[in-house]
Amino acid sequence: MAENGLRDKVLSLGSMNPCVKRVEYAVRGPILSRAVELEEDLKQGVKKPFTEVIKANIGDAHAMGQRPITFLRQVSALCLYPELLNNPQLPDDAKKRARRLLAACGGQSVGAYTASPGIEIIRQDVAHYIQRRDGGIPANPANIYLTTGASDGVMSTLKLLVAGEGLSRTGVLIPIPQYPLYSAAIAELDAVQVSYYLDEERCWALDVGELRRALREARQHCQPRVLCIINPGNPTGQVQSRKCIEDVIKFAWEEQLFLMADEVYQDNVYAEGSEFHSFKKVLFELGPPYSATVELVSYHSISKGFMGECGFRGGYMEVVNMDPAVQQQLSKLVSVRLCPPVPGQVLLDAIMNPPSPGEPSYQSFVQEKQAVLSDLAHRARLTQEIFSQVPGIRCNPVQGAMYAFPRIQLPARAVQEAQARGLAPDMFYCRQLLEETGICVVPGSGFGQQEGTYHFRMTILPPTEKLRILLEKLSQFHAKFTQAYS
Amino acid sequence: MHRFAVLAKQTVASPSCKGPGGCRNERRDMALQCVASLVEGKPQQQRSPRLTCSGRKELVRWNSAAKAPAVKINEKTSREKILTLESMNPQVKAVEYAVRGPIVLKAGEIEKELRKGIKKPFTEVIKANIGDAHAMGQQPITFLRQVVALCTYPDLLDSPSFPEDSKKRARRILQGCGGNSLGSYSASQGVNCIREDVAAYIERRDEGIPADPDNIYLTTGASDGIATILKILVSGEGQSRTGVMIPIPQYPLYSAAISELDAIQMNYYLDEENCWALDVNELRRSLNEAKAYCNPKVLCIINPGNPTGQVQSRKCIEDVIHFAWEEQLFLLADEVYQDNVYAEECQFHSFKKVLYEMGPEYYSNVELASFHSTSKGYMGECGYRGGYMEVINLHPEIKGQLVKLLSVRLCPPVSGQVAMDIVVNPPVPGEESYAQFIKEKESVLNNLAQKAKLTEDMFNKVPGIHCNPLQGAMYAFPRIFIPSKAIEAAKAHKMAPDLFYCMKLLEETGICVVPGSGFGQREGSYHFRMTILPPVEKLKIVLEKVKDFHIQFLQEYA
Repeated sequence: MAENGLRDKVLSLGSMNPCVKRVEYAVRGPILSRAVELEEDLKQGVKKPFTEVIKANIGDAHAMGQRPITFLRQVSALCLYPELLNNPQLPDDAKKRARRLLAACGGQSVGAYTASPGIEIIRQDVAHYIQRRDGGIPANPANIYLTTGASDGVMSTLKLLVAGEGLSRTGVLIPIPQYPLYSAAIAELDAVQVSYYLDEERCWALDVGELRRALREARQHCQPRVLCIINPGNPTGQVQSRKCIEDVIKFAWEEQLFLMADEVYQDNVYAEGSEFHSFKKVLFELGPPYSATVELVSYHSISKGFMGECGFRGGYMEVVNMDPAVQQQLSKLVSVRLCPPVPGQVLLDAIMNPPSPGEPSYQSFVQEKQAVLSDLAHRARLTQEIFSQVPGIRCNPVQGAMYAFPRIQLPARAVQEAQARGLAPDMFYCRQLLEETGICVVPGSGFGQQEGTYHFRMTILPPTEKLRILLEKLSQFHAKFTQAYS
Repeated sequence: MHRFAVLAKQTVASPSCKGPGGCRNERRDMALQCVASLVEGKPQQQRSPRLTCSGRKELVRWNSAAKAPAVKINEKTSREKILTLESMNPQVKAVEYAVRGPIVLKAGEIEKELRKGIKKPFTEVIKANIGDAHAMGQQPITFLRQVVALCTYPDLLDSPSFPEDSKKRARRILQGCGGNSLGSYSASQGVNCIREDVAAYIERRDEGIPADPDNIYLTTGASDGIATILKILVSGEGQSRTGVMIPIPQYPLYSAAISELDAIQMNYYLDEENCWALDVNELRRSLNEAKAYCNPKVLCIINPGNPTGQVQSRKCIEDVIHFAWEEQLFLLADEVYQDNVYAEECQFHSFKKVLYEMGPEYYSNVELASFHSTSKGYMGECGYRGGYMEVINLHPEIKGQLVKLLSVRLCPPVSGQVAMDIVVNPPVPGEESYAQFIKEKESVLNNLAQKAKLTEDMFNKVPGIHCNPLQGAMYAFPRIFIPSKAIEAAKAHKMAPDLFYCMKLLEETGICVVPGSGFGQREGSYHFRMTILPPVEKLKIVLEKVKDFHIQFLQEYA
């Protein structure tokens, strides 16, 4: 019994699941909590050197003012409230899709549970979409699982893969820098994280030599079985070349690694000369033995691309060459959670099955989509250009995805100061940035980086004019920070 | 020797199964076995989650779908897969979830056959396996759908065909969303104003006992909340591994989560003779036995009961809370059926309210998480995956850990959050939609009450079926007499007797119910779970058909 008359808690830091305790997720970590506090302060009228907090910590397009794609929301609203099918203001192509989706729902209601892998016709639409994307390489609806955002799919796959004890515990290769969902999932599942470093000097390219090094070292202490790839890269924004993907697949085949391809930014490719190649397509074009044996799961999401519908938590994964008995286990595992949220499934379908030429919504759909994507391309260039002009900041081209991950030079005194406060130096930097400018970005240490280098991740999602101001504020802050600690 | 001790010994005695690939040479066998064998049920068997390959028979329990392709992998052209039944996570392999298990897969196959025109003794499959109200024809609550549609497509805010009160709510929720869009991530804990509404709702429900929005976490259905809390709770190794007490019969989410987390399942039996009441002595028995092999830390209660439909008395809840306090157990109260109470003499009491009324020694100490959902009640909005949990007396550091863990998944689906908001913040007297809302709500609930009574009455007229009163929730869980000849026949098919019964019922009548063995039951007793959700007229037909089937079954195996 404690002094205040209260008993000890059953659940405390000491008694809780130690794996959960080890989980870290910087994208919504302490820096965001502080940003939310500052927002509250501003609301209360507390004076700050800025008038608003800009949350550039997370790829949340709508929160930054991007408008939803009209057609997607029309189809969703029609499914959610079918009375609207009689409303003359909504276009026929949206109604046609809504009717078809509702017919596939139990009791014609999105309020019914769906099959655990998702509504059958949506899985068919996803398969068709993949087949079109991959130039005709077949996709089987039975291999498509709809998910609660891509994170859910990544988590379920890893959950299946982790086994063994001690030296035989499953090792998972992940890029550094990585999106911290991976390290978090690995910690939660008590798997072994195996880091391979992307090459910052070469636009964050993936080098198979480095994969080999990481694998060789890891084999001393675990059983590496999984290789995770993020393409286009998060937080690094590189787009992998076809050659690189081929090399990775051959490597996975040689070394018997299960491939997980996080391709949620597949629609977000901006750089001239860069093109998205899906792992599935390259795998099948490599032909046997690769196409018949390499086990691959790839992920997509409705949260990114041109739609940015994060809140709906929609996505899918496609499994390739998975042992059918294991696939049954996967189906069982996802059935415990019953089904992915149906509004997210419906919205995903509208993306997989968009208006086609001749349909009433075609033009506005294409226009809205292009507007978002060309805006993003413009902001990607702008961000790199402005950062490149700041002494002490170096930024690789933002070839794809939604983030800049510039390298920042921190004066030795700042590093010492940070260490004295028990903070990672880039965390110290980002905190100061937040306190002085209201700009919330995530320190590179939350994603992983080569020792002695410092970075931060910033989204390129704010509207162009706002982004420009933000970048200028950041540049000024950096100069001031450098001066203050030199 | 205790059953667990035996299992533990077996596990230790099979060192070849330690790591991935340890049992690789058994794999062809296993694949073939999967194809060949039928589902093998083991009623109310307690399982050591640490069983890996030594629990081979367990592997075939999900097998009805493990069809021929399982064998193909051994063709000489293919290499050994990296991810196989042997190399996969053994805890995931141990997971079972009967509500969507083999019988449901079979029902799906039969539906496909019907569509192809294959003749059956029935024309449609009736899925009474799951509490899915809309799938059974229940109409959505208009107001809820209006608000969700307005939030999804805010252009509709200009439309005159939506009532003002729905627009008012939609505007307020949209203001709580980043960029005024449902498409932005919400806070990991859920949209702030919705959590405030949940807290206000709980306060009203519990007659003024305070609820703090900071203690409310919106979830992806209640299942997500339960799995998350259990995840945080499970720790320790060997004898100090966390033990979780669950009722038998239980809703199999619990056993599935426990398997997945490699925790220890501790069964306490509900008393069928006493309307499935919970008896604290039985809790004590279960706890004392479990102390020998694990560290009992959590007590799960489902009230109203699923699959058993009992509604706990206030006295019983007090006893449970006192027991949890005494034994230092963390309480999980699954209260998703709180709006589904039908019996005249019964009333829903929330654990939170009773806890507070028991005084400060209890309410400042007992750690409690309670769960609610949009999927049940009168709304039945399962597809939205909405829900919330309220935590009481959670250590502040653990709250931090919880938020961190939730943040990895970013946020619960925002449309589900909106649906949850309408459940806790419905139209009030004086508002435009009030009358219609109440009418729709009452109509669903009265209907369910009528069906609960009807089901109980009809089952109890069938010789060899006994059904306790359906005081609440959405299911009947009748006890069925299975003749010994049928039990033998089931054994010959390597099936649990009640699975054998339910499979026959499905094949002969198209009615899909879940065998009691999927929920757990006293050894030698047999049950099934059936929802009472079909429309009254259809439900009558279903019950008639079950009756005819049962009588015929008894004759066939007499």
